[in-house]
Formats: sequence, structure tokens, C-alpha cells
Amino acid sequence: MTATIETTGAVGRPIRRKEDERLLHGRTNWTDNIQLPGTLHMATLRSPMAHAKIAKIDITAALASEGVVHVYTGADFPELPGTTCVWPVTDDIVMSHMPAICSDEVRYVGDVVAIVLATDQNLAVDALQLIDIDYIPLGAVVDMEEALKEGSPLVHESAGTNRCYTAKMPCGDYAAAKAKADVVVTRRFINQRLIPNPMEPRAVVAAPMGMSDELTIWSSTQIPHVLRILLALTTGIPENHIRVVAPDVGGGFGAKLQINREEILTLVLAKKLGRPIKWTESRSEHFVSTHHGRDQIQDIEIAATKDGTILGMKVDLLADMGAYLQIITPGTPLLGMFMYSGIYKMEALDFTCTGVYTTKTPTDAYRGAGRPESTYAVERIVDELAAELGMEPMELRKKNWIKHEEFPYTQIAGLTYDTGNYEAATERAMEMFGYDALRVEQAARRAAGDPVQLGIGISTFTEMCGLAPSRTLGALKYVAGGWEHCTVRALPTGKIELITGTSPHGQGHETAWSQIASDIIGVPVEDIEVVHGDTGRAPYGMDTYGSRSLAVGGQAIKLAGERLVEKAKIIAAHQLEVSPDDVEFNAGTYSVKGDPEKSTTIQAVAFAAFTAHNLPEGVEPTLSGEATVDPLDFSYPHGTHLAAMEVDTETGKVTLRKYVAVDDCGIQVNPLIVEGQVHGGLAQGIAQAMFEGAVYDSDGNLLTASMADYLLPSSADLPSFDTDRTVTPSTTHPMGTKGIGEAGAIASTPAIINGIVDALRHLGVNDIAMPASPMTVWRTIQAAQSGGNA
Amino acid sequence: MMHISATVDGVHRMGEVEPRLLLVHWLRENLGQTGTPVGCDTSNCGACTVLVNGRSVKSCSVLAVQIDGKSITTIQGVAEGETWHPVQSAFKECHGLQCGYCTPGMVMAAIDLLSENPNPTETEIREGLEGNLCRCTGYHNIVKAVAMAAAEMGASS
Repeated sequence: MTATIETTGAVGRPIRRKEDERLLHGRTNWTDNIQLPGTLHMATLRSPMAHAKIAKIDITAALASEGVVHVYTGADFPELPGTTCVWPVTDDIVMSHMPAICSDEVRYVGDVVAIVLATDQNLAVDALQLIDIDYIPLGAVVDMEEALKEGSPLVHESAGTNRCYTAKMPCGDYAAAKAKADVVVTRRFINQRLIPNPMEPRAVVAAPMGMSDELTIWSSTQIPHVLRILLALTTGIPENHIRVVAPDVGGGFGAKLQINREEILTLVLAKKLGRPIKWTESRSEHFVSTHHGRDQIQDIEIAATKDGTILGMKVDLLADMGAYLQIITPGTPLLGMFMYSGIYKMEALDFTCTGVYTTKTPTDAYRGAGRPESTYAVERIVDELAAELGMEPMELRKKNWIKHEEFPYTQIAGLTYDTGNYEAATERAMEMFGYDALRVEQAARRAAGDPVQLGIGISTFTEMCGLAPSRTLGALKYVAGGWEHCTVRALPTGKIELITGTSPHGQGHETAWSQIASDIIGVPVEDIEVVHGDTGRAPYGMDTYGSRSLAVGGQAIKLAGERLVEKAKIIAAHQLEVSPDDVEFNAGTYSVKGDPEKSTTIQAVAFAAFTAHNLPEGVEPTLSGEATVDPLDFSYPHGTHLAAMEVDTETGKVTLRKYVAVDDCGIQVNPLIVEGQVHGGLAQGIAQAMFEGAVYDSDGNLLTASMADYLLPSSADLPSFDTDRTVTPSTTHPMGTKGIGEAGAIASTPAIINGIVDALRHLGVNDIAMPASPMTVWRTIQAAQSGGNA
Repeated sequence: MMHISATVDGVHRMGEVEPRLLLVHWLRENLGQTGTPVGCDTSNCGACTVLVNGRSVKSCSVLAVQIDGKSITTIQGVAEGETWHPVQSAFKECHGLQCGYCTPGMVMAAIDLLSENPNPTETEIREGLEGNLCRCTGYHNIVKAVAMAAAEMGASS
């Protein structure tokens, strides 16, 4: 049930962020700010061809150029990989080898063919132009269906096919479900390719750090811990010689959940040359060199009875891998595999996904990773089913969703949703939206033939995040676990160090984790320092992605804090000369039951644990608590999002008039941060629907290769949002929390498109390609009016 | 090489620069003023916005030689000692930043916007900040922060 949670502690309060002071004064530590003496700057020469043989490379002129110290080509590093894939999703998957530097063949525009090291960044870039390369063009293959055809150019000749894998997951008997159906609706949805664009481009500095064999690598990464392991595996440098530091990181959204060539090359060269190597990505490089997101063709079928009972869904996906498999390229579309039934009950779900190689930049995780795609498919097809049945789309949803009293509920793909209250979130959203009044206005405008039509877009979604029980990940062939670590140390002076394995890049962990620990160990938020993103100071962790940091990492913080408090209690009892059973702990103070005057503080205990002059028998000096927690299950946040879309039928211009998002992420540690996460997610999800899309020409050139060509929304393109939360605590998380980092991006895309289609349904429109630019919308209207769809 | 001198955050600075050197690179690489970041190479993102003689410019679209004799204010120079600029305070209060990479430029653009229009509407704020991209906040709280700063600055003037 939805409950109002009263708070007496720090958790639940909209505390202003600790991070902000340094960020608001320019006292930041971005990777590109790091300037070490003797640094060589690396610049990368990238292929201008989508697919070609390298016939000849001449580096003579570049080597003679001012400031240039070294020029390397693929011949210098014949065995060195440029990435690695940790998720071979099927037994017969066709893996790929991305070289650190290509020596004989390039497979996408942006593939690395040479690198220059110079004393100055500009001089390194200057020298790139002096490298002379002869290419022999091979065929580009841009379209997934073309790529699968017999005779198509092969991205990896030795594989003999562009099919990377086919994964199937039949749940229930779809054929039987379909046989019972009165109505079957099929649609082809295109989840277009997106380019993540965190505001900080990637950057890396690698340097030998003197006194030992240690190499330190600072990288603008989401995954310092995972990266350390993968750098060891790809370079052969022992893991215990590598320290990875993620300093201030300016956004990630999945784009920095990766092991990249530039990290591998700078590390290897720092070791080889014994001096710091630095590389900073230009924005134009980001567009072709950092992995892209989404890019699926979704053939979706839904079967239902005429009273609107959903019987089953069939999902057939083509997922574009791009030219190589990076860290979780093949697994990304499968992160949505279990979620195609969304919040609805049904008896069958037949899922198939085929990964396809093309001569394009590799794809991988981008905010939501697999779940935006599944949510888009189910929320769009449910609207189409409602139209087919002549039912109000919200009524159709209500008829089919899991009711709050039915939780925990094991859905058709086998996941057990622990809690949820779709009724409460929907009721609140409809009230904030003025749903009924807008339906009246919509009917009036339609009757009046208003050129600007109104549509209402609905998205009632859930998602699975907080990856994940390690055992489950193993069963899915993912090669790592899903646990998270925390150590809480009480320092002799009474200050607290909270060492987390999560690696924030804008999420506010320094504040939120302090709030959690403050309540558990009873010290002020200001006295807690959160240490993160440095394998030297925070040795254990699985990093930040998939809305896992609170959902998994939060559990480790709680348990580590409780262990510290338990140890301190034994010491406190000894100091107070009573049994631990006679001591109670409240807000940082240990007192004797029934004699509250007799007390000590956790800070005093920390000092006593440090001096160790008078500890109980068998208790070791120092005071800390440590925990590594494997989650019981995924986390299932949900919510109801509503969009009022105005569409000018004469020009195709779409205006987002009002957006209401009611999310349920259980207990909120910091509602201010939660709301910020929702806002940012909404902007990215809305941007997919309305603005963004990577476009390639048939030769494999990326046409949207800069911020001037790829439309990232500005403040003028978006409205303010109306947001609220219902609170249905998770029962699988000890604090009742759920993930919230991706919910906005997952929910909002179908809400927008459903709204546009709803505005135009009476004109015969039943789908709009994304992004819904004025031209696309206008053409779709014209095509529908002349008897076909665009 | 050309000789330039300018006041940067209240301090007189001089240097010999290549004619092609961008202002942002002079600030970051030559002067060590790394508070102003670089977010793009097409003058779209605005992360590098600074004030030149009080007006906002994208410091990636100005050559260092063009600011000879002028006064530059960066994010590192807007607070007066321990006293935050009202725009800085409002960004913190309204949670107008997440990763913080666009923040220096966003704050400088907002300061310029408010100097031109001390009492902007929401639409005027949104249009006024159109040249500064943020990928984290969806702009909602940035707009709120600028409105709050406007109210604060109006009340105190």
C-alpha cells in the first residue's frame, strides 16, 4: 500500500548537496584538468571510411612534425585489443575483435588507425593531418535487414555472417494464446540510434607513479573497479599494478560504462615510455568514437479478447551491435527481455532478439539500456490495441495491470515484482494532469476541426534495475557479479569516512550516502566524508550504472554502518562497565538502560578504539564496519506519466504542453535528488521522442556528427515538469528503496509518441517515427490522408 | 607569438600566445584556470562561457589575442571572498546542477541574462539560456534557480 513515511532523521530530507560547493566555484577535478610534468598528449587518427582495407600507411611526415615524439600504427601493437566484451549472451554468439589500433581493416567511421604522441595537444592534432593512408574501400553495411541478406558485405569476413546472435525466450504458449484472441495487432517500431553526449567528453591520463610498479590511470569513467580488472585482462599488466581513479566525472548515462581503446593505449604507453600520457576526446570525436545507444527494429504483436483482456505478446527484435562488441553490447537489448509484458498480466510472451553487425559505431548501454526499448514497445502496442478495440487507453491498462493487492506477483517472464501500486500512481497523475478536462478539450478541438489537435499520451511503466543478484547474472552468462561494498570507518577524531564501491558522476552520492550513514551511526551529515571512485582508496566495488547505486550500494552502507555501531556498542559497554545488553544506542550516544546520564558517544568510542588502552578482551583496535551485499532481487520502480501534446496538423509542429510524472521509487533518501533524477531522465526520454537521432548515409558516414547536427534539447525546447511520488516501499530492499536513475528516460518516450499519435488518430495515423520532427509528423499526416502510412 | 595582457578574475595576467590559441585554452592551459571546462568544438554547448567586460561569451569562440586589454570573469571569480554570488546560491538551493560540467557556463550565462533582464519570465529564462546545454537536469531546476536568483538580486538592490 502507498504510505506516507514520516522521517525524524536525515533520510527523507531534501538536503542540499555537499558536491555543489566545488562544482559551483570551478574548484573541480575533471580528468582534463590534470596536468602532470612531462606529459605526452595523444591524438587519434580515425578512419573516414566505414569499411576498407588499409593498403598503406606513411607516418614519415608526421614523425618529423614539430613536437611529435612518437607515431604508432596497428603494426606496433599487433595483439593489443581495444575493448573487451564481458557478456557473450549465447553459446553460439559470433564474438569480434576490436584492435587497439587497426592494422589491416577498418569497420566504421571513427575506427582508430594511428596515434600521435606530442608534447602539446595541438601539435599532436596537427600531425594527424600528415599521416598518409591509402584505403581500399570494402562495402559498407548500414541497414540491419540488408546486413542479414545473403551476399551482404561482411563486417567480419571470417565469421561468414553478420548475424551476431539470436536469443530466444518463449514464456507460456503464445500460439495457444493467439488462437484464443479476437484481436491481434502488429506494429513495427523503430527505436532509433542515439548518441549519449554527457557534457564532459571522455578523457584519460595514465602515469607511472614512481615508488612502485604502480600505474595510475585517471579516467572519466563510471566503472573504475570494473575497468581496473578489464585493463589488466586486456593489457597483461598485473591488476595489482593498476590504480584507477575516476575524479569528478561530468555525466555518463552509460557512455562511460565502457573499456575503451584510449584507456588501454594510454596505460600501455605510460608503462612503455615511463611518462604520463594524456588524451581528451573532442566533442566531434565523441560522436563517432564513444559507443552509441538503442538502435532496434521491433516487430511487436499483441493478442487480446474483444473485452480487452491481453492474452500475449510476440516480440521480434533486430538489435544493431555496430562493428564490434564492446563491454555489454550484445546484452544491452536483452536487459529488456524480461520486461516486454510491462505491468500487465498475460499468459504468453514470445521473445526473440537477433544481434546484427553493421559498419557503424558500436552500440552499448545508454540510460535505461534495454528497458526503454521494452517499455516503448509495450506502452505503444497497448495504445494501438486500445484504438483497435475502441477502448479508452487508460481503461484498457487498468483492466490488465497487476492490482496492488496481487503483489508479490510473478509475471510471465518469471520475474517477481515485490511491490507496486499502479492504481495510486495513476490516480495521482490523472488528478495532477486534469485528465478528464483534457479529454473534453480534445473532443471539442476535434469536433471544431482545429488545425492544432490535442493528444494525450500515457505511459504506465515499471522497470527492472539495481543489477542484480550475482547468481542471476551468472545464469544470464554475464561474467561478473552484482554485489556492492561499503566500509564505514570512525576516525580517531570522530569524523567518519564512508568508502563506497559506487562511482557517482553527478548523482549526488556524497550527500545521499551521508544521509543514510548519519541516521545509522548518529553523526551529523557534515561529519561524514564519502570516498569513491578510486581503486586505491575504495578497493572493492562494482560501480554505478543500471540504477544500482542506492538499490544495491545502499544496502551495503546500511549493513556496514550497523556493524560499526555493533562493535562500538561492545566497547561502549566496557567503558560504561555494564553488559552490552544493558546499553542502548540512539543518535550517536550509547547510554545505560534506565540510567541515561551514564553514557558515551560514538566519537569517544572511536578514540578509545584508536588508543586501544582499555578495550574489552578479544576486541581488536580501530572502529569500522564493512559489508559486501548481494541483492535479493532486482528493484522494480514504477510510475504513471502523462503528456499533453499539441500537434499543428498544417505544419507538423509538435508542442509538449504539459508533462506529469508520478513515480514510485519506494522510500526516498533525498527527495530533491530523486526529483532531479526524474527531471533529467524525462529530458533524455523526451529528446528521443522529439529531437535526437543518429543518421547515417548509405556509405556509413554519420551525418549527425556534431552538436550542430544532432539536436540535443536546450532549455527553450522543454517545459517545466509536474512531478510527484507515491511511496510503496520495496520489500526486497532493507530500506524500502528502489532505483530512480533511469525511470524518467524509460517512461517518457512512449508517453510522448502515444500523445502525438492520439492527437492524429482521427486522421488515420497509427504511428510516428522518432524523432517526431515537424517534417516527419507532416509527412506522416500527408501519407495517412492519402491512404497509407508514412 | 603575440603578447597579450588582461585582467582575469581580478588579477592582471600577461602571456605570449600563438595567434590561433582560443581564450578557453589560454585560461585552462596557460593560466591554470581550470574552472572553465570545454564541452564541444562547435560553440554549441556553452560550458566554457565567461564574461568579457561584463558580457557573456563562449570562450571557445574567442581568440586569446582578442581579449588583450580586457577584463575576464570566470566561475572562479564570481564569489566575493566567502560570499557566494546569488546565482551560485540559487543553483545550490534549487538543485540546479548534477554532474556540474555545464554549471560554470550556465552560471555565467545566467549572470549575464540577469544583468540584461533583472526580472525575466520563465520563457525569457529558457530562451536566454538557449545557448547552454545541460544533459543532467532537464533544465527544470536551472530555470527555477535563475528565477530565485532574480528575486534575490531584485530584493537586495
